[in-house]
Amino acid sequence: MANFIERMCLYLVLVLSVFLSIIQAVDRSNFKTCDQSAFCSRQRAMKPGQSSYRALLETLELSDSHLTVQLLNNNNKVLLLLELYRLQGNMTRVKINELKPVKPRYEVPDVLITDPPTELMSVVAQDEHRVVLSLGGEDWRLILSAQPFRLDIMEGPQVLLSLNSRGLLAFEQLRIRKDTISHKISSTVGSMWDKIKSVFSSKSQTDTKEAGEKEDTEKHDKEKVSEGEEAEEEVDQPGMWEETFKTHADTKPNGPSSISLDFSLPGVEHVYGIPEHADGLRLKNTDGGDPYRLYNLDVFQYELFNPMALYGAVPVLLSHNTHRTMGLFWLNAAETWVDVSSGQGSSEVPQTDVRWISESGIIDVFIMLGPRPNDVFTQYASLTGTQAFPPLSSLAYHQCRWNYNDQEDVSAVDQGFDEHDIPYDFIWLDIEHTDGKRYFTWDNNKFPQPKDMLQGLLDKRRKMVTIVDPHIKVDSSYKIHTEIRSRGYYIKNKDGGDYEGWCWPGNAGYPDFTNPEMRKWWASMFAYGQYEGSMENLYTWNDMNEPSVFNGPEVTMHKDALHGPWEHRDVHNLYGFYVQMATAEGQIQRSGGLERPFVLTRAFFAGSQRYGAVWTGDNAAEWGHLKMSIPMCLSLGLVGISFCGADVGGFFKTPSAELLVRWYQAGAYQPFFRAHAHLDTPRREPWLFGPDNTALIREAVRQRYTLLPYWYLQFYHAQRTGQPVMRPLWVEYPEDIATFSIDDEFLIGRDLLVHPVTDERSSGVTAYLPGNGEVWYDVHTFQRHDGAQNLSIPVTMSSIPVFQRGGSIICRKNRVRRSSSCMENDPYTLYVALDSQGNAEGELYIDDGHTFKHETDKQFIHRRLSFTANSLSSSDLSPDSQFPSASWVEQVNILGAQKPDAVTLTTTDGGESSVEFAFDPDTAVLTLRKPGMNAGVNWTLHLR
Amino acid sequence: MSCALLLLLMSWALAMRTGAAVEIQRPRGVPLSSEQFYEENKPFTCLDGFSTISFDRVNDDYCDCRDGSDEPGTAACPNGSFHCTNAGFRPAFIPSSRINDGICDCCDTTDEYNSGATCQNTCREMGRKERESLQIMAEITKEGFMLKQQLIHEAKRGQEDKQGKLTELQGSKKDLEEKVEALRTVKETAEDPEKEAKERHLKAWGEQKELIRMEKDKTRMAEAFLELDDDADGYVSVAELQSHLELDPDSDGSLTETETQVRCLPSQENNFYHTSKLQGCSPFGEIRRFESKIGDLHDSCRSNEKVWAGGLWMTTGCMNLEKEIGFDFGPSAEFAYLYSQCYELSTSEYIYRLCPFNRVSQKPKFGGSETNLGLWGQWAGPEDSLYSVMKYDHGQGCWQGPNRSTTVKLTCGKETVVTSTSEPSRCEYLMEFTTPAVCQEPASLDEVLQGHTEL
Repeated sequence: MANFIERMCLYLVLVLSVFLSIIQAVDRSNFKTCDQSAFCSRQRAMKPGQSSYRALLETLELSDSHLTVQLLNNNNKVLLLLELYRLQGNMTRVKINELKPVKPRYEVPDVLITDPPTELMSVVAQDEHRVVLSLGGEDWRLILSAQPFRLDIMEGPQVLLSLNSRGLLAFEQLRIRKDTISHKISSTVGSMWDKIKSVFSSKSQTDTKEAGEKEDTEKHDKEKVSEGEEAEEEVDQPGMWEETFKTHADTKPNGPSSISLDFSLPGVEHVYGIPEHADGLRLKNTDGGDPYRLYNLDVFQYELFNPMALYGAVPVLLSHNTHRTMGLFWLNAAETWVDVSSGQGSSEVPQTDVRWISESGIIDVFIMLGPRPNDVFTQYASLTGTQAFPPLSSLAYHQCRWNYNDQEDVSAVDQGFDEHDIPYDFIWLDIEHTDGKRYFTWDNNKFPQPKDMLQGLLDKRRKMVTIVDPHIKVDSSYKIHTEIRSRGYYIKNKDGGDYEGWCWPGNAGYPDFTNPEMRKWWASMFAYGQYEGSMENLYTWNDMNEPSVFNGPEVTMHKDALHGPWEHRDVHNLYGFYVQMATAEGQIQRSGGLERPFVLTRAFFAGSQRYGAVWTGDNAAEWGHLKMSIPMCLSLGLVGISFCGADVGGFFKTPSAELLVRWYQAGAYQPFFRAHAHLDTPRREPWLFGPDNTALIREAVRQRYTLLPYWYLQFYHAQRTGQPVMRPLWVEYPEDIATFSIDDEFLIGRDLLVHPVTDERSSGVTAYLPGNGEVWYDVHTFQRHDGAQNLSIPVTMSSIPVFQRGGSIICRKNRVRRSSSCMENDPYTLYVALDSQGNAEGELYIDDGHTFKHETDKQFIHRRLSFTANSLSSSDLSPDSQFPSASWVEQVNILGAQKPDAVTLTTTDGGESSVEFAFDPDTAVLTLRKPGMNAGVNWTLHLR
Repeated sequence: MSCALLLLLMSWALAMRTGAAVEIQRPRGVPLSSEQFYEENKPFTCLDGFSTISFDRVNDDYCDCRDGSDEPGTAACPNGSFHCTNAGFRPAFIPSSRINDGICDCCDTTDEYNSGATCQNTCREMGRKERESLQIMAEITKEGFMLKQQLIHEAKRGQEDKQGKLTELQGSKKDLEEKVEALRTVKETAEDPEKEAKERHLKAWGEQKELIRMEKDKTRMAEAFLELDDDADGYVSVAELQSHLELDPDSDGSLTETETQVRCLPSQENNFYHTSKLQGCSPFGEIRRFESKIGDLHDSCRSNEKVWAGGLWMTTGCMNLEKEIGFDFGPSAEFAYLYSQCYELSTSEYIYRLCPFNRVSQKPKFGGSETNLGLWGQWAGPEDSLYSVMKYDHGQGCWQGPNRSTTVKLTCGKETVVTSTSEPSRCEYLMEFTTPAVCQEPASLDEVLQGHTEL
């Protein structure tokens, strides 16, 4: 069985061997640096200085919704059109496009959930040098300066943000090519094997060859732009009309089209966001190194602490200081580089400068003015939507491996979980389950009866996920392929034929997911009648959707491939977003719109949160990768994507039992909790490492299951408000500077603080407990600790340092069963953690866990629980909704309590009964025994 | 209705058989053996003795005991366990978290008394099936065990034969070694570049060659092939050589066809010993090194090679016998009959081949070379049944992975057959193999059946 892959791999080994001996992890030479990316290197060569742009204030027009003004490039006399919008919710949108482009430039569709509603802007003052606009309120102002062009957003006398203050606005206008050199463009399409070889073998060639090739392309005649007599001559620069990376030629029929703009943030030292990078939470200075790159790529064995692009891209950056949090959303789906430079600005004030460079499209940037972190989340959510509310079971534990070999294997693993009494909800099948990597099919030998298998899982109230990747095997006997081909739904190559690349199935086509017709058709393929062997408990995983093209430049698609009228260059970072969108839509449709979908994606863009979960791709079984899972998911949470996780155990390589246990412990407290492993690694189901480790893993997974009501509530909030589920500490403690760079611990919602053990042979961790006056309770021992301190915590192999915030109430289900569905009707235990004033508050949310009825029929329970003045009560937060729940309250634990004389329960029907209790003076925990009220009704417990 | 009636009848029958009074009821989920601890209307002390509660708190759906013993019939305690009587089949404990979870776990349906799940009582059917299969197993065990006795007997005889043969071989080997020593002297003079001398030696070797050939016959050279000739077809093929990694000159984990040709096929024109890479191949490394220097003596080399090959084969023969005698063939050598045998299993894609105490391999059905899935390692069963698992390791290397290895699970059967293969982890194979040699002395059928039914 291993043979086929082995043969493929052996080939790779041969060509790679030279390199692998030098470079352990990622092969960096496969991916461009800024210098190797023609537009990035052109743009970055431009240094800060006086901008060549001037705002022509005489062209200024102010309508109800927005302001327009023309910008003139003093050098080449090209005119741009600036549009300014004041958006509802304290945001400003700045759009800059060519006034009269020779052809339209790409504007990203489908990412914004609506045309953002605007608010009235008014001119406060105006002279020949500047226009002052009111952004509402007393002292919110936007100052538009004419010469040189710049924008400043002010609050009172304070500059919050300046745009083009360093003069790095650059807009390469589209132009007609004056002379064409065709000799370079020909001969680029070789045989498939040539292409494959080129991906790998060219690694071994030195850069000098590339440099040589580059030079070839540079030999263009000087070109003159006829924008008027005064226009300076514009000289064609390297790589403007074609570019070669390794052996891959990028023909650029549209010529140069890149854009750049700088932003200055006075008073800001901390910036975050712009995932996906394997780097710390706080963004680093990129001076002297490469900028952070946003270009969805399938990076083999990625490196840590590196600004290289990874699988997904969300062009959103957050700035934070003790006074204000702001956000910048650069709505552009082309390859993008972001330079970050922090230092002293004028007058000794710290300042961070950010510069965005994109290869094509327009400048369309949303400035989210906060001022609090949660305001920024709300603002961003109003633009791109919130996290899809996932089925409850998808928040439970997922068991994955490349690959579970056959039906017997699936059944044995399923059985293994029961034998070892470890709960799980989903078992996953990777690419080997298909008939020759033809998605939507099953290998007849290994999975002859998929429905029997799914029914077997359903009988245990469990579920399955199969992989459906967007590369489609070119095979005339494969229905999916023939349909896509005959409907013309494939992405086209530059010459108009169907684009073909090499991926898992061999030669493959790539459906054009940017085409709504194509997405509609794709969605229809998930109908039970279309996807043979599928059932309602089968969900989907979209992998390789960057898209990954093994023999393409940088393992992805050629930029001159065509999506209708647009080049792949324009839409690249959107591809994965659309794949997941269409897949999620398919899952909704197959149930007649009733059931919530669950789709995991590897590639993503701004807005991907609306369609499901993401994971951090192909990590490795190393302690560094375990640590990195925290900042990577925190960064994603900050930009709206809350449903994030890393492969538990690490994908490549083999974890030690200790690493695996620690990863389960950390993963149990991260939003998407899935173990996964590479095909070449030994089996690592939780019970394969001896009874002690099995017990440790069981305990970690059980902790996850007890907290499912809390996780579900957080996702309910995330869907409603756009607040991240997994949060950096500074989000809740924005004035506590000590929290600003912490990325080895995090909060789940507001109330749980987690500091996983991520070091080998650790004997202790130091957790920072934030908040002056805050108290924190160890969730395992109930020991109480004061906030605003570094707490040393001794740890053993069973320790997962987790703290509940004083002042919170968390509902758990302590009866852990074999899957989350089995726990549906189980009772709750309340953990009431009192703050220093003896108060606490929390919420409880219940619905059916899997349909849209909470939305469509208001079928849910949402209650407030509050403890104040020695009374704990439950009140309805949504009186117009209802849901019948069999769950009741079996126990209440009050942490930090005093011993009462009596406890009585009052219910709405006026009934009053006495409740038995026990008080532990050592831990100050008061336990109320079996108060017994239904989770959906009003009640009050009085302590006297 | 009829189901309830059946249950009633069964419980009555049960009560009769155990002699207990019909009216005694245990709390739900309590096994008969613990019934004494749950006395109605008396305070209940948790089985760990940690606390005592009033009896109405037993099975009241709230966990009072740390050990979960107060809630044997509800899911309230995280560590509780529930006892199903499963009349007609075998009783079982299930974790109490499986009570009323909507999934039927006990064949008598008693775990789902309040979940709305509709369970069928399948105990009788399961009991019947189990008895049937136990019966079949018992018969197999019985016959298998008889076969095993035979095997033990044969093994004992074979062992003695081989010991004798070894002694004999060792004698011949010594003779041969002396001759080789003599040859070495002769050969050293062959270094003399003078043609005349060379011819003289050639002649001398011609005579010696005859001598050796006779010796060779005597010592059943074929034994030397055993190591290499995996498919026992009398030829050592390229594929077979490729599967022997110990012959791999550049240690890259595989033998290329060129490498095998260069090396070990005397029939090839290539000189057997004309490469320094071959030193691992025979005990005559020094001679080979010397030999490679006199490249102009091709003809004589080729004759020499046979002398040395004879020595090599004889040595290997000795080693084989020594090795065979040294093998752990089980407490009574009952596994000895498997030695130098091979067993195949054909799947949709591959033919798997198990040659016990030697190697496991896999060959694609539709062309392609054989892959070594592991060489005999050791017995690897758990302490109480060491001889139930064989481990073969150091098979062909995997890309980015370990060397292939195979675990062979042995179960009692009348026949010696490979019944299944799988690859649970990449390059870690699992093979199931039946043989009479693992059959244990059968207990009487009554005992078997009784052991499984608590009433």
